Amino acid sequence: MNYAAWVLDALLLFPLLAGLVILLSPEHLAKRVALAGAVVEFLLSVPLWWMFEPGTAAMQFEVVHPWVPGWGIAYRVGVDGISLFMVLLTTFTMPLAVLGSWNYIRDKERAYYALLLVLTTGMLGVFVALDLFVFYVFWEIMLIPMYFLIGVWGGPKRIYAAIKFFLFTFVGSLLMLVAILTIYFMVYRATGVQSFDYHHFLRNIEVVRPFALLLFGAFFLGFAIKVPMFPFHTWLPDAHVEAPTAGSVILAGILLKMGTYGFLRFAVPFFPGVALHPTMVNVIVVLALIGIIYGALVAMVQPDFKKLVAYSSISHLGFVMLGIWALTVQSVEGAIIIMINHGISTGALFFLAGMLYERAHTREVAAFGGIARVVPALAAVLSLVALSSIGLPGTNGFIGEFLVLIGSFGEYPWATAVAATGVIFAALYLLRALQRLIYNKFERPELARMPDLSVRELLVLGPLVACILWIGIYPRPFLHRVEASVEALVEQVHQPEAAVAQARTPGGEQ
Amino acid sequence: MPASVGWVWLVVLLPLAGFVANGALSLLRPEAKRAVSAIGVGVLVLSFLIAVGVVGGVATAAPHSPYVLTYWQWMPAGGLEIDLAFQVDQLSAVMLMVVTGVSMVIHIFSVGYMGDDPGYARYFAYLNLFVFFMLVLVLGANFPVMFVGWEGVGLCSYLLIGFWFENNAFADAGKKAFIMNRIGDFGFLIAMFMIFHAVGSLSFVEVFEAAPGTFEVGGTTITLITLALFLGCAGKSAQIPLYTWLPDAMAGPTPVSALIHAATMVTAGVYLVARTNVLFAIAPVSSFVVAAVGAATALFAATIALKQWDIKKVLAYSTVSQLGYMFMGVGVGAYAAGMFHLTTHAFFKALLFLGSGSVIHALHHAYHATHRHEDAQDMRNMGGLRRAMPWTTGFMWVATLAIAGVPLFSGFFSKDEILAMTFVRGHDAGAFYVLWMVGVVAALLTAFYMTRMMLYTFHGPNRTGEQERGHLREAPWVMTGPLLVLAVGSVFAGLLNLPAILPGSGWLHHWLEPVTEGSAAYLPDLHLGSDTEWMLLGLATVVAAAGILGAWNFLKPAQLKPAREAPVETGIQRVLLRKWYVDEIYDWLVVRPVMWMSDRAFWKVMDVKVIDGAFVNGSATVARALGWVGSRFQTGSVGVYLFLFVMGVLILMRAVIR
Repeated sequence: MNYAAWVLDALLLFPLLAGLVILLSPEHLAKRVALAGAVVEFLLSVPLWWMFEPGTAAMQFEVVHPWVPGWGIAYRVGVDGISLFMVLLTTFTMPLAVLGSWNYIRDKERAYYALLLVLTTGMLGVFVALDLFVFYVFWEIMLIPMYFLIGVWGGPKRIYAAIKFFLFTFVGSLLMLVAILTIYFMVYRATGVQSFDYHHFLRNIEVVRPFALLLFGAFFLGFAIKVPMFPFHTWLPDAHVEAPTAGSVILAGILLKMGTYGFLRFAVPFFPGVALHPTMVNVIVVLALIGIIYGALVAMVQPDFKKLVAYSSISHLGFVMLGIWALTVQSVEGAIIIMINHGISTGALFFLAGMLYERAHTREVAAFGGIARVVPALAAVLSLVALSSIGLPGTNGFIGEFLVLIGSFGEYPWATAVAATGVIFAALYLLRALQRLIYNKFERPELARMPDLSVRELLVLGPLVACILWIGIYPRPFLHRVEASVEALVEQVHQPEAAVAQARTPGGEQ
Repeated sequence: MPASVGWVWLVVLLPLAGFVANGALSLLRPEAKRAVSAIGVGVLVLSFLIAVGVVGGVATAAPHSPYVLTYWQWMPAGGLEIDLAFQVDQLSAVMLMVVTGVSMVIHIFSVGYMGDDPGYARYFAYLNLFVFFMLVLVLGANFPVMFVGWEGVGLCSYLLIGFWFENNAFADAGKKAFIMNRIGDFGFLIAMFMIFHAVGSLSFVEVFEAAPGTFEVGGTTITLITLALFLGCAGKSAQIPLYTWLPDAMAGPTPVSALIHAATMVTAGVYLVARTNVLFAIAPVSSFVVAAVGAATALFAATIALKQWDIKKVLAYSTVSQLGYMFMGVGVGAYAAGMFHLTTHAFFKALLFLGSGSVIHALHHAYHATHRHEDAQDMRNMGGLRRAMPWTTGFMWVATLAIAGVPLFSGFFSKDEILAMTFVRGHDAGAFYVLWMVGVVAALLTAFYMTRMMLYTFHGPNRTGEQERGHLREAPWVMTGPLLVLAVGSVFAGLLNLPAILPGSGWLHHWLEPVTEGSAAYLPDLHLGSDTEWMLLGLATVVAAAGILGAWNFLKPAQLKPAREAPVETGIQRVLLRKWYVDEIYDWLVVRPVMWMSDRAFWKVMDVKVIDGAFVNGSATVARALGWVGSRFQTGSVGVYLFLFVMGVLILMRAVIR
């Protein structure tokens, strides 16, 4: 059968099946089955790269199955340039997450790995759903495994962290549900068609204009918590510190992107008039800037390496928000590249934090020092990954930040100049950490026998390092695939903006 | 395009291949030093030879516009087109020669200098990587590709300054260099954004072609662009206010100081101004700022160099000062003069650093032999070394005479040309006379502190120690050979651009004309009469002689005590020794407030107390209280729950949909 017709169904179903098999297999085989499952899932998704047609903004690989026809709910999924790399990033990360958990997870392995695979389905579903009800279902589904991953396999304060994570996200998503239902009913009343179809919403979104501000606010809260934007960010450091390594990797690498993806897919195209209203722009751009600089400064003073990386995420995602709100082709493409990069580089940093933890049983930066002599390969990889996170040209980090900044500069020159100081602060916190981890005097004799990277660890880090260099040196294949969708988004959002501006003039008020 | 120019990618790629090979060796077989040397030096020799061919191609074809070699589309996004492309023209040819030539010599020197170091392979890997990035910097055909090299050399500088990272202070120095460079790079980034939004392109050819029509002379946009670019230069080339990292950078191995922190990387800012000469010429205010900052830095750093005891610190401040001269040159619009001084400086300063390296090497071995822990870089522990190290002494004197500006040595011609051009600009604007005078005073100080360094190091009685004295040895040929090559350059590089009154004058000036002719229209005619020229040459000679003879007669090396017994300095001497307390001032004004704010105000108050304490956990308390109230309704009957739930949803819908 035609690949395009079954691939998304397969990608969503297969992890569930694999999760079931894990539950039925013996405990000691669980991780092997999980690895096989995640690798097969990745291989299933790889042809997307070639089968995806770059020149068009239309949804591809689209599949529709009616689900609850009475209410107009349909299982409707598809991929465009904006979601393509989110899907690939997810399937690419999961095998690494399984490998990265190999020795770290020692009890209830079956449940752990089964949850990882269920989580895969949840995350992919969020990125491919084209029916708002289905989107919401996946959004909630993915919460549950993550809650357990933190709450069961996490650190000492795992319960607090897990509940905090759950409540923050849940509060946001409840408001979003209300907003989705409201749009559904209003569109139904106006058109007489019962449907949660994304494009149906988009075509008729004008009818909700009187409530646009409230509805946008509901979406905004849901997504902003997920990003997370300042001041909704405090769940993130707790969740990261307590989560097991793979949990942190997935949380940072994929879950946070759901927030920014939500803005790109729903909040901004649905409510361009609100999103681009000067007051709203000021608020969001300022919050993005605070995120960039505040996140970096707070990261700088963290004694815990994982917490440092968590705060650095807030800084990176601030760049994404700026890029989305500048809404130029370069800035949005840059934002998408940063979303990919952050999954790769921050994912790698969390893996490395886990590897250090497994060796020294601490995450305190101050507990290390001078280990470049003991574990030169680990130090080299850590340096390279840190540099990519700093945005050194030649690595992926530069491409994303450069495109966001150069694209935003035309819209908000001053804000962009402030954001650009982020490159200084990034160097500040990462080089400080790097120095105290791998350089300086070696003063911990108990670390002298630390083993260097094992083959398994190289298998985890190798692909990430390859992507860091690939996107840094030859990002064209990525940019090429997102371009059409980004252009269409920018155009579509700017059109109603002009119409709204007209409506806002005294004569046009209703 | 000549066929040889097409090979330029190989010049760049060979050092990268060297990095990959040596990097792999450093992880897998660090003890294979022979292989490391063969690879590390071999790629540089090949790279240099091919570069000679490339430059030969440029010389024979004498093109009027640059050769642009495009390899692939790097960042195509919307209207932004950035290719991975190299540009070969007369200006990049000069840099190509300086970079590959000096690098090759210093790689050879390193074989001897670093021979005993356990990190030998890692050292050569980093050094090869540096050359790769430096070549990307000078060959980049657009701002972003140049920026790859620009930040890449900063990375290698960071790695090599902190090469002996077990010393926390050395690791600190590397970090400081990277961060201060990043402050400059922020300016570079902003400049790129502004250029792109003004011109719609970032490729050199297109920007320089469009600039005269796009920007108004002295307009705000172009002034801001060039000032932002210059911020980048100030970071990379250690000018006021971002110079403080360079003296600390002396923590790195001495050949690194010679290559990166004297001859090549730190001159990148000068190269950038020369490369964008059209933009700077359209922005006279920015150009004046460049010249003024250059002059101020030249003088300020020279005063500090007067009182340093660490031989490398003297040379470091000297480098900062000489870079100031180069910026004076490019700031007054004498781009060829700036590049000329860059070239001669590459020879004599590399020679001085390598010479100091050979001295440090000798002292280090002497102290090692007697197991004493004394500072091998402190001049108070040296003295009289000319007896043990005649070759090094001779070569160092050649470089000293060159930098001091003694007639017929290379530095004489290059420094004089910058001062002469500044003097000429004084005819239009009196402020340039001030800059000229500052330059002359700095030249006097230069001659003085360099002679001081030579006097304390090589002359007078020896203060190394009774037992150590017998262990002092001249360096092996693998180290003195490179010194000889650089000494020849230090003497004869002046021939590249003789003053107009001598036969065969101005060769470099004519060579660079295709690159600088775009800016000529915006600058006054920089020619001076032969009387004035003779007068200035005469003055320069007097200044150099006064500095050298002054130091020679005024300073008494015989009265100097070894570092351990030396008295504590007081008054202005102490202020100079402590470098005008600039590092302390930065620490109190910037570093501490930022750290305090991040730690206390942001993290421990804002995040922990306000957001989490008051709002998050506070709302949990409220919720618990409400929950207690709500729990009174909990009867346990599913029917009641369902009823309440459905009612709630309906009320909500009703309220919203209205």
